Amino acid sequence: MFEKRITIFSGHYGSGKTNIAVNFSLSLKKLYEKVSVYDLDIVNPYFRTVDAVNTLNNGGVELVVSPFAETNVDIPAMNSASYKMIHDKSARAVVDLGGDDRGALALGRFCEGIKEENDYYMVFVYNPYRPETKTIDGAFEILTEIERVSKIKFNAIAANPNLGVETTPETVYRGIEIAEELSKKIDLPILFTAVEKSVLLNSDEKRINTRILPIELIKYGNWI
Amino acid sequence: MAEKVLMKGNEALAEAAIMAGCRYYFGYPITPQTEVAAYMAKRMPKIGGTFLQAESEIAAINMVIGVSSCGYRVMTSSSSPGISLKSEGISYLAGCELPALIVNVQRGGPGLGGIQPSQSDYFQATKGGGHGDYKLIVLAPASVQEMVSLTFKGFDLADKYRMQSMILADGTMGQMMEPVSLDLGEVKEYAKPWATTGTSKHEGRNIINSLSLSPAQLEQWNIDRYEKYKIVERDEVMFEEFMMEDAEICIVAFGIAARVSKNAIMTARAKGIKVGMIRPITLWPFPKDALNKAADKVKAFLSVELNMGQMIDDVKLAINCKKPVYLCNRTGGVIMTPDEILTSLEKIEKGEAKAW
Repeated sequence: MFEKRITIFSGHYGSGKTNIAVNFSLSLKKLYEKVSVYDLDIVNPYFRTVDAVNTLNNGGVELVVSPFAETNVDIPAMNSASYKMIHDKSARAVVDLGGDDRGALALGRFCEGIKEENDYYMVFVYNPYRPETKTIDGAFEILTEIERVSKIKFNAIAANPNLGVETTPETVYRGIEIAEELSKKIDLPILFTAVEKSVLLNSDEKRINTRILPIELIKYGNWI
Repeated sequence: MAEKVLMKGNEALAEAAIMAGCRYYFGYPITPQTEVAAYMAKRMPKIGGTFLQAESEIAAINMVIGVSSCGYRVMTSSSSPGISLKSEGISYLAGCELPALIVNVQRGGPGLGGIQPSQSDYFQATKGGGHGDYKLIVLAPASVQEMVSLTFKGFDLADKYRMQSMILADGTMGQMMEPVSLDLGEVKEYAKPWATTGTSKHEGRNIINSLSLSPAQLEQWNIDRYEKYKIVERDEVMFEEFMMEDAEICIVAFGIAARVSKNAIMTARAKGIKVGMIRPITLWPFPKDALNKAADKVKAFLSVELNMGQMIDDVKLAINCKKPVYLCNRTGGVIMTPDEILTSLEKIEKGEAKAW
């Protein structure tokens, strides 16, 4: 799951891309010296990678994000340093895209470089407990819309079956079954399943049956 | 019970509106409520409904007037500056006694302000942002589940009383994700003999109008409407009491501020401070009686708000200034931490706090 130089996380909004990108990059850092997270989210005003900037920096991961993220500047901006993701081939790149086709639009300008190098995972982050992607058809519709604007085809799925704070091991097992159905239908492998750490402690890993990315949730505030 | 799904506050609200029978939505994008419009744009065409992105907020609210006149459930949504633009139309809706649901996912103000969460439109919502003698039913969700249940309730109350309901949420409620159940029960249908459905469907002409040619008649309309408001104040108050049984200090907070307060209450209790909370769910009608009753038991009130101190005036009125009322607040898009509330509580305990 860590083989490719560039790993792009895309998918339906609210499917968990940011939490996955942050945790994935910290795991990646254990294997590679230089790891950068590129926040290309041009959609979300709140709940961004910047909330995890200290966690990332303490873990030795660089965060490339618009200086306007989580300020009052309400424009879809990207950091100009984002081009490093294709130019600096000595570093591993993890890309956090905004949700749906609207968010995936930001990838368009990088797609030629990414395809030319051809060393990437384009990952469809999938939470079957999101109502619009509950059915395989719903998920497929969003997946196709994203591919149309990002100009890159998905080549892997990351299952992220969760119901927020109410997630149980059963939630995860049932969710994986749906993700496997999607995997069969579109003929893409499940790269890993993301499972929140406390849920993972109580889970039977054999029943998860894919590789696992343990997730430590980004702390957004102690009111949640 | 239906299986739960994970939803963002804004989309959960939009879905609840659809489930409540709303098939007409008119909006205009503004952060942090844009997902409402985006969700409606996607869903409405699939179910034979109408989504229309108006050319402005003013146009959107006037489209609401049109559809409501015809007797259909209709909604518009925006965030603070957009609600200011809609305020004229809201006053017209009130004058015409047309049911509608208006959603305000608040951001920092005044003016263009910012895009981070705020509760500084409390006055605008509860005291009338538009002109004239009128009231809105103002519902304040404190979870994604309540974004759903109060949207459903808002439509029901609007039809029941021929009034306008407002969901007064804040940016965090709109943007945060939580598990929700969309099992909302039956939609209650209300007869609308006043609606302009065509003379084949009603006798004579139905006229929807807020203009009166006679001052005496206009006065009577206002008096009649306020009689109705009295019934709403008597029958429709909603609030939550939290750890109030033995409380000596009563926090009053709604929405996101109530969630931070709950955290602070747990810490304060562990430190021996007996504190509870009354969380208004309806900001109008305001839970006056509950607060007034609490005033006979507690020694002080602490109003926790994301503004410069707005609801605190209603707290003082509700308790007839029987007990001191203190304020703990942040504004401009900043959310207070539980520690800041704890500090306020400790100051009240030590007699170091200054009453409002």
